[in-house]
Amino acid sequence: MKPFFSPGDKVKVRAADVTTHCRTPHYLRGKRGVVARVFGAFPNPEALAYHRIGVPYQPLYQIAFDFNEVWGRRERNTVITADILQHWLERDN
Amino acid sequence: MTRGVHDLGGQPAGPVDLAEHERTFFDQRVDAMMRLLAHPEHGYYTVDAMRRAIESLPRDDYFGLGYYERWVRAIRQLAVEKGLLTEDEVKRKLAALEAQARQP
Amino acid sequence: MTHDHSHPQHDHGHDHDPHAPVNEAHGVRPESALLERALRELLIEKNVFTAADLQRQIELTESRNPELGAQVVAHAWTDPQYKARLLTDAKPAIESFLGIDLNLTPALTVVENTRERHHVICCTLCSCYPRAVLGIPPAWYKSAEYRARVVAEPRAVLAEFGTELPDDVEIRVVDSTADMRYMVLPLRPRHTEHMSEAELVTLITRDAMIGVTVLVLSEPRR
Repeated sequence: MKPFFSPGDKVKVRAADVTTHCRTPHYLRGKRGVVARVFGAFPNPEALAYHRIGVPYQPLYQIAFDFNEVWGRRERNTVITADILQHWLERDN
Repeated sequence: MTRGVHDLGGQPAGPVDLAEHERTFFDQRVDAMMRLLAHPEHGYYTVDAMRRAIESLPRDDYFGLGYYERWVRAIRQLAVEKGLLTEDEVKRKLAALEAQARQP
Repeated sequence: MTHDHSHPQHDHGHDHDPHAPVNEAHGVRPESALLERALRELLIEKNVFTAADLQRQIELTESRNPELGAQVVAHAWTDPQYKARLLTDAKPAIESFLGIDLNLTPALTVVENTRERHHVICCTLCSCYPRAVLGIPPAWYKSAEYRARVVAEPRAVLAEFGTELPDDVEIRVVDSTADMRYMVLPLRPRHTEHMSEAELVTLITRDAMIGVTVLVLSEPRR
């Protein structure tokens, strides 16, 4: 799967309620960020965790989130980054 | 939204305990077993399956057990899931080791 | 010297074998120890792995420690071209310099701490850590407290490590949530211009390569 997003793109993490294994932390669901790095594609951990092979591979992005966007309060000069698979991201215009 | 027991970012918590812990033989063996079983080329399952098994522990176990104590329980679950061992074999082996330990 | 909370296992000042027995019972419930033994013996009986495989794996794991990361950092400090390669594509740069094979280890990125930006690494979901270059993570890195708080109050957590950064330094908390592992290239301390690469290695700590501390020389070195 080709990467859909590029560095600098504004994205929003899906606010999905997933109870099976996934690697998108609860505290970032529904939050807006900016693509910082594009890392290539990786097998989907949501399938690997249940002994499936993890296709299609998902492009992985490092997303930078403003602290205030994540926690709704200010912390001086602070950014959080996390690595999010493409199927958890939507474009944020 | 449902939050997994392991999904800790932003949860209330106290100060970080900076004490260093030396690894025990128990830690080393559990770590090595997991790495052999989840070997990227000739393993029996993935580290993702390992994480899923650890995250499925009851809350009291997740927070009450030591790090490698969680791992050893996950290894048991996955060895049975993958048919490397049966639950019955594990129980019989545990009973045999317990009986052995009671011998003077 | 440097800010550090570690008591490294590779401190050769002690005369004990780093693989020597350590407290076997350290907080482990008897049923956990019994379960470990039962699984190990059963899996060996069934030839899933051998006792020798297990021993080799333990030795491989023990061979990876923060000394490796420190060598890479010192080299990057002294060779700008190497530093550029390391920050662009960490694995091949580390493999060629240290002569180790990272083929079967997770993807790795090195992030640079500067006077403008300070990275601190964590894993809020489990304990992802650049084991290939730093070894086994410290207990605090795996603790619920660090994982819960470092993303929500990073400056307070850094203060618990004795690290206070000026307001104009951007803090980047790097949550290792997927297949990428991160190591920090710490900021080279001032007044180290005269030091050799081998001397620099001795300054570099595990905690600085996680990003919970910064390296400083507490006194001028001769």
